[in-house]
Amino acid sequence: MVSIDVWNASVDFPIFDAKSRSLKKLALGKVGGKIGSEGRVPIIEALHDITLSLSHGDRVGLVGHNGAGKSTLLRLLAGIYEPTRGSSRIIGKVAPVFDLGVGMDPEISGYENIMIRGLFLGMTRKEMEKRVDDIAEFTELGDYLQMPLRTYSTGMRVRLALGVVTSIDPEILLLDEGIGAVDAAFLAKARDRLKDLVGRSGLLVFANHSDEFLAEFCDTAIWMDEGRVKMHGGLREVTTAYKGYDPFLKFSEETLARIGQPPVLSGNGGE
Amino acid sequence: MKIAWEHRELWGHLGWQDIKQRYRRSVIGPLWITISMGTTALALGFLYSQLFNEDTATFLPYVTAGFVIWAFILGCVTEGTDVFISNEGLIKHLPAPITVHVLRLVWRQILFFAHNLIVYVVVLAIFFTSLNHPYKMGNDPLEKPGLGWSILLTIPGFALLALNAIWVSLLFGIISTRFRDIPPVVNSFINLVFFMTPIVWHAGVLNRVTAGQGDGGNWRVLIAELNPVYHYVEVVRAPMLGHPILWHHWAVVGGLTIFGWFLALVALRNWRARVSYWV
Repeated sequence: MVSIDVWNASVDFPIFDAKSRSLKKLALGKVGGKIGSEGRVPIIEALHDITLSLSHGDRVGLVGHNGAGKSTLLRLLAGIYEPTRGSSRIIGKVAPVFDLGVGMDPEISGYENIMIRGLFLGMTRKEMEKRVDDIAEFTELGDYLQMPLRTYSTGMRVRLALGVVTSIDPEILLLDEGIGAVDAAFLAKARDRLKDLVGRSGLLVFANHSDEFLAEFCDTAIWMDEGRVKMHGGLREVTTAYKGYDPFLKFSEETLARIGQPPVLSGNGGE
Repeated sequence: MKIAWEHRELWGHLGWQDIKQRYRRSVIGPLWITISMGTTALALGFLYSQLFNEDTATFLPYVTAGFVIWAFILGCVTEGTDVFISNEGLIKHLPAPITVHVLRLVWRQILFFAHNLIVYVVVLAIFFTSLNHPYKMGNDPLEKPGLGWSILLTIPGFALLALNAIWVSLLFGIISTRFRDIPPVVNSFINLVFFMTPIVWHAGVLNRVTAGQGDGGNWRVLIAELNPVYHYVEVVRAPMLGHPILWHHWAVVGGLTIFGWFLALVALRNWRARVSYWV
């Protein structure tokens, strides 16, 4: 069973400038005694006193302004940052998808990149070999997959990355914003795959600004503000409080149908 | 460490990829590694055999073997110091244990070593006749027993060296991620180490000088004996050339292995979680 528990966790970044990173400074500082806060490394408190408990089946959306700590929280949940204070426990295989480009090598072919990216996401070589054809078909890149990645256009790269990312079987899926920078026709296809992916994963945390994406994939939400959890509850209440209006009212009938929300529930008049 | 081993497909693949990619757009491919090593070892072997008045037939293989081993040590130490700095993107995006990057580095260096070994094999084939019987090198009073089955000791010797390479790059990597002065310091210091280590000269020279002076001159031997790199080189090189196997080298290397791993594991336990903050 997958779960993530975080107790009173804080994440503080030490900000080393050229001076405080040097050994000389440290040595001289010791010799000369303490000079007020001179020797201290300035700290940015990215997350403050977070307590969370997520378990199997949770579909959590993450909202908040830029710099509110969304990405840092995702990295904390992924186990990349261990809390500087407090503690965390992550059970399950984490597949973090923060940056579509990371781990891609421009000099090697599309096929090889598929393999490497898959290995990075915790798959084995055999599992990836089984999925290569599926990915090739999805990306519609055809013979281009034999070419080195540097010959690809930005859009093609995103297709490839999205193809690999959506083919994995994650236990815990952490998605950062930035997914969706593809052309409209492809987006519809990607959306289906993304939905499959979310369905396969045991636990989802999804940071995004798009109301539609959030409504489609998540049922609860966390509102981050200045490194704290400002609100944690049902998706609709949280987004309403965060945006100042009910986003469900703005969706078209078509969107609502896709989400599986009858229009009546959206509260726009009723019948 | 255990989790890192479970990720072996990842770093194994990445290490290979590093080699393949470095030579992807060149014609001769990975042979460049071998060729550059070959020319360097050949040129220096000739030059120094003349300078030190040594027999080229025995000195050239000696320099070659020393160089091949030195290239491995050099690669592990210098690249080890910025193993985490250069992998910043991956560390910040993937929850893989940081030892994965270290293992990838060492694995890549082992592959390089394998490439360079071709040079050694070629040189050995050429000069085989002057090495397969007991011989002496220059004025060194110590007789070399010549090539024999002891060459198999190269394998455990190199395994021990690789084991040390892991802790060295792990420890140096962690320290230099925190203190960015370390990589330049190490880079300039390592040149000195190269000249202080018996690679283009041999430790027997020190013996020879002292031999004539009785008890008073033994301090010269310490130049080599106090240099830990000398013991590492010797553990692998002696069996490669049919030199006598001196067990005190093995003892020193074994001791350093245990001591170094202890330090590295302590560092890993205390600062493993901090590396992603520091990069």
